[in-house]
Amino acid sequence: MENGEPIFNRRDLINKQDMNIVIVGHVDHGKSTVIGRLLADTNSLPEGKLEQVKEICRRNSKPFEYAFLLDALKDEQAQGITIDTARCFFQTEKRNYIIIDAPGHIEFLKNMITGAARAEAALLVIDASEGIQENSRRHGFMLSMLGIKQVCVLVNKMDLVGYGEKPFRRIERQYRRFLKKVDVEPVCFIPISAREGDNVANHSDKMSWYKGMNVLEVLDSFKSEELPEDKPFRMPVQDVYKFTRGGDNRRIIAGTIETGKISVGDEVIFYPSGKRTRIKSIEGFNRPPVTEIGAGWATGFTVTEQIYVKRGELMCKADELKPKVTGRMLVNLFWLGKNPLVKGKDYYLKLGTAKVSMRVEEIRNVIDASSLVSKKKEQVDRNEVAECILSLDRHIAFDLTADIANTSRFVIVDEYEISGGGIVISDLEDQTSWVRDKVLMRNYKWIGSEISAETRALKYGHGAALILITGEKQSPRKELGRALEKQLFDDGKLVYYLGMGSVMYGVDADLMDHELIVPSRQEHIRRLTEVAHIMLDAGMIFIISARELTAEDYNVICTGIPHEKITVIWVGEEKTTDIPVTIHISSIENIDECVRMIRKRINL
Amino acid sequence: MNHLDKLENKSIHILREAYANFKNLCMLWSVGKDSTVLLWLARKAFFGHVPFPLVHIDTHFKIPEMIEYRDRLALEWGLDMIYGENREALEKKLTYPDGNVSRLECCRLLKTEALKNTLNGKWPRYRLNHEKKCYEPDTNTEPFTGVIVGVRADEEGSRSKERYFSPRDKNSDWDIGDQPPEFWGQFKTDFAPGTHLRIHPLLDWTELDIWEYIKRENIPTVSLYYDRGDGKRYRSLGCWPCTFPVESNAKTVDDIIYELKSGKFANIAERSGRAQDKEDGGGLEELRKGGYM
Repeated sequence: MENGEPIFNRRDLINKQDMNIVIVGHVDHGKSTVIGRLLADTNSLPEGKLEQVKEICRRNSKPFEYAFLLDALKDEQAQGITIDTARCFFQTEKRNYIIIDAPGHIEFLKNMITGAARAEAALLVIDASEGIQENSRRHGFMLSMLGIKQVCVLVNKMDLVGYGEKPFRRIERQYRRFLKKVDVEPVCFIPISAREGDNVANHSDKMSWYKGMNVLEVLDSFKSEELPEDKPFRMPVQDVYKFTRGGDNRRIIAGTIETGKISVGDEVIFYPSGKRTRIKSIEGFNRPPVTEIGAGWATGFTVTEQIYVKRGELMCKADELKPKVTGRMLVNLFWLGKNPLVKGKDYYLKLGTAKVSMRVEEIRNVIDASSLVSKKKEQVDRNEVAECILSLDRHIAFDLTADIANTSRFVIVDEYEISGGGIVISDLEDQTSWVRDKVLMRNYKWIGSEISAETRALKYGHGAALILITGEKQSPRKELGRALEKQLFDDGKLVYYLGMGSVMYGVDADLMDHELIVPSRQEHIRRLTEVAHIMLDAGMIFIISARELTAEDYNVICTGIPHEKITVIWVGEEKTTDIPVTIHISSIENIDECVRMIRKRINL
Repeated sequence: MNHLDKLENKSIHILREAYANFKNLCMLWSVGKDSTVLLWLARKAFFGHVPFPLVHIDTHFKIPEMIEYRDRLALEWGLDMIYGENREALEKKLTYPDGNVSRLECCRLLKTEALKNTLNGKWPRYRLNHEKKCYEPDTNTEPFTGVIVGVRADEEGSRSKERYFSPRDKNSDWDIGDQPPEFWGQFKTDFAPGTHLRIHPLLDWTELDIWEYIKRENIPTVSLYYDRGDGKRYRSLGCWPCTFPVESNAKTVDDIIYELKSGKFANIAERSGRAQDKEDGGGLEELRKGGYM
């Protein structure tokens, strides 16, 4: 006690740094004992707690163990001292530490990852007498995948091997070799006995051969993670807000900045759309205005051009490294799901704020995270790591793990559950790569109007929409398209119908009569899409009819036009292509009835 | 970026994720310090607006100052305010203050049951009419599928096991043993029909953080938290029959921070003034599995 203040309470959250440390290791290798020892040796326990637990042990004639302290604290659940099974607080002169205790059992890998992903550094505990076990390796691999760079290995229970240097060095040698393979550079190896307190908060004289840091010193030597402000600017768009209440006219693009920094006036590009604008203001509530902001801030911007961007896009600075944009990628992933990861099944991929349907195109190899043995398998089972090619339904923007780790990380959702996670190794060409670059350039060069899409929609009484009517050769697509146009027009909507043929002999005239160029269906579709893009930008409801459009055609159209603005209507008894259909009309005997039905479905 | 900035930004990120992913989203507001900080964070996340309704469960045993404060802020900040209650239990006097049930049973009826049936829309909900300045029966009976809650991991054991996005099944049950993984800022936002998620943006905050933040942001709090001359104040608010003030001369936010940091409460659990926590071991965990906050 000092001036009547309890010495254990030295938490100073405002002036001291805090750091999250995860402690991992195989079952019974001594994680709880290490934590108990750290709490005890730093006077971080409630007054009398140590004595109380010792007394209980004495009365029950069992030897005291530091691990019991954690159990006692769990029971006590005292605020500010220890929290739970998962988190303990303790302090050094330098920092406030939160130790995240990650469960060692393999079935808790899910929890271990949840805990470890929050950490800036890791302590990995290995039993000196038992040596490297399955989870010692598996956890090492996971730390690598999670991107935790600072790892210190504690070789515990040195008292059981006579405090000898040889067994310590053997484990160090073996485990260093393993860590090298998974690309982890350990900060150091420390021989300790958590039970006896050797090299935890002191320098043990029982191991005079060891000259390195003790556990407390290594903790204070860990570097606090710098906010990645030196990387290119990246902000996944979380939402675009327009709250009109109280006359608020701001249209705010909101998100949390992953990397880099940005200032008012900077030119930005959104990917995958490629739309471009400048930062007009950095918005905030109850804080003084700022003109520059960087990594870590959950913020919002207004911009100078009235562009249409949405959740899932990646905001980048125009003069910095461009992100990758594609729908196919080579990845490294780990699988946590109850069901294996298989080819041909639909999953969701979530990367940043983008969420897109995906399938596994190829499982290149599966690696046992413990033995690092890789093998060819048709599926990825729980707790396995694999190199795969993923094929997405839409293209998204991301970075490669080697460039910017933050925006290369994704998770996979299998039937409502986050069942895996991974990092992107490289971007691959997909079906629409050829057209995407053109669309990106068009969006970049597009001169925005003073009139926003919202303003137009307000004036016309409806938003812009693309209605694609397709079906078999003999189906009455044109009749339906024209009837729909007429009804919408009579109702005062801004609407226009165009048949594919009209485009082919107009916009595509050069393609049609050029003797040297084989008319390319994909180029026809691309040009049709560009016409549609102009019509939609003008705020129109644009109806197109075309014969037997396919999923491939649809992907090209979606490259140029946001998919949520598109409705696909299939006309005909049977659907003969693979295009995803919104409305299927098998018979149009009563055309007015069909039109009514379509309008009801698409709310126009 | 200091400690409070980090907490604030993480919470805002979570609030925005919740808003982006749920059509029927609401935030529970007990009017205590934690959920009021949460409400403040929502105003920060949405630039001065709160774009979802606030739900309050009125046990009708709340300290009157709490209800006054609730309605005053709701009108001032333009909040979409809804309250629900267990009318039947109150009418049948199945409450602890009426002497007919235990404290825990009273909590279950007036809080858990009322909350469950207010969220799922089965019992009447009352919505604040800002023009008439009174509550009217809410015509919208759609269930809320995302519920933002101000629980902190440091409050007690069962809360420490929570996730930021925590799934509840059709019966509002919580499966502690099998919770979704959370990493890289990705949360569980997909869920089967009939189930819903509890969202916990304050999980990483401690009681001290809350008060430091209240001070920094100058957030208005209920007068009950401060000594108003009788040497007593509430450290945690609840129903008057089960929540007792602590001996304290803290009259300002600064006094409270001193008390928590190095004064008399530096080592005493926050909920020590709550009688229902002590009824039996694991009581709160059981209540929480059933849907209690």
